[in-house]
Amino acid sequence: MSNIPSELRYAASHEWARLEADGSVTVGISDHAQEALGDVVFVELPEVGKQLAAGQEAGVVESVKAASDIYSPLSGVVTAVNDALADAPESVNGDPYGSWFYKLQPSDVSELDKLLDAGAYQAVADADA
Amino acid sequence: MGQRTPLYDQHLALGAKMVDFGGWDMPLHYGSQVEEHHQVRRDCGVFDVSHMTVVDVSGPAAKAYLQHLLANDIDRLQELGKALYSGMLNSEGGVIDDLIVYLTVEGYRVVVNAATRDKDLAWMQAQTAGFDVQLVERSELAMLAIQGPHARAKTAELVSSSRAALITDLKPFQGFADGDWFIARTGYTGEDGLEIVLPRDEASHFFNELVGAGIAPIGLGARDTLRLEAGMNLYGQDMDESVSPLAANMAWTIAWEPAARRFVGRQALEAQRSAGAQPKLVGLVLEERGVLRAHQVVRVEGIGEGEITSGSFSPTLGKSIALARVPANTGERAEVEIRGKWYPVRVVRPNFVRHGKALI
Repeated sequence: MSNIPSELRYAASHEWARLEADGSVTVGISDHAQEALGDVVFVELPEVGKQLAAGQEAGVVESVKAASDIYSPLSGVVTAVNDALADAPESVNGDPYGSWFYKLQPSDVSELDKLLDAGAYQAVADADA
Repeated sequence: MGQRTPLYDQHLALGAKMVDFGGWDMPLHYGSQVEEHHQVRRDCGVFDVSHMTVVDVSGPAAKAYLQHLLANDIDRLQELGKALYSGMLNSEGGVIDDLIVYLTVEGYRVVVNAATRDKDLAWMQAQTAGFDVQLVERSELAMLAIQGPHARAKTAELVSSSRAALITDLKPFQGFADGDWFIARTGYTGEDGLEIVLPRDEASHFFNELVGAGIAPIGLGARDTLRLEAGMNLYGQDMDESVSPLAANMAWTIAWEPAARRFVGRQALEAQRSAGAQPKLVGLVLEERGVLRAHQVVRVEGIGEGEITSGSFSPTLGKSIALARVPANTGERAEVEIRGKWYPVRVVRPNFVRHGKALI
């Protein structure tokens, strides 16, 4: 049974998004996603300053098993990436909600409301299992 | 629903993520594939390989039959218990399967792959024409592989004294029967270890004893990264019926002498050999971050192109490695295309890790 924190928003493509106090949004992948991928060995992150549209490819997660694209849950400009993932990609498996991928300054914060809440994402994850 | 080994319920109870493998429901991992990989390299673990096909070959013409059937020469098996790795080829020289043969008291024991069972048995049966030989599939048997530096010592503590003595005395690539168990010092990981063939109804109890003694269950995921690090081919991925053993790093398994031995595929192989320029199967090492995967394109500057046949992340080396079929005159450098970008790779002998040690 995967962990789905209720304070986050989710994309059906298994990314999570968290609105921070400063108005930025932090993005990562869900517990369900890391579990399905298996051991993560490499994460390719977007470049800081890159303009992403909601649903656009933002990076790649490589597990021992396969490579999976990650998609930006919101539109905006990338303001920071989590460089620690370069040396410790396995932290995505151990702590998927602490191991963020990137932060962006959203161009339209109301896009958050279009994402799934924990209950709706649970249904997606269940259908996937 | 796929076929199930006698250990299916135990895999589920141990939390295995199950996948289809050649029509069988098999454990992919029991939590972490990478942890299981390290477990085998550093200590030992147990694999359920009961899906593999065991065929006993007997009769007055058993030897002559296998000398006809196989590219390697079972005349190399001069002592009881010795094992031989060989390709079984079609008349065009393509690989129908790769297998292991043991010389036994009754004749020969052949172990072939699970996914190729039906075509292998049909082919082996068809090739018996003119030979006084009997083939018996032993589907009432299960098979466990216990692999790792401590595999033999830990297993010996759990079995009868005669089996323990056998396990201690076995030389590499040797296997003997003890009662209705067959115990061999062979494997698919590049580590020391055992493969034990035993009655299906004893497998579950023995597997529990092994796991209870701290020998962790290991899934097919780690089996694949272990064999890749050891540079061992996976049938259907690194070679198949369209690939010559000469292009699959299996030239060493072709016994050309004696020249009078007309094994199936020999004529085609001789023609390929004299024509020259077969591609070769090599190892690749990616020094940058990223993961090599099967079917990625390999480019060798000024020479041509090839393709990755197996690729993954190597837990032991902490970087990605691959097997790739490339032009014969490929040197020490090549490039691989990953998601539209070209990455430099080192070309090495396809043998990355043995007995826990990096070879590259």
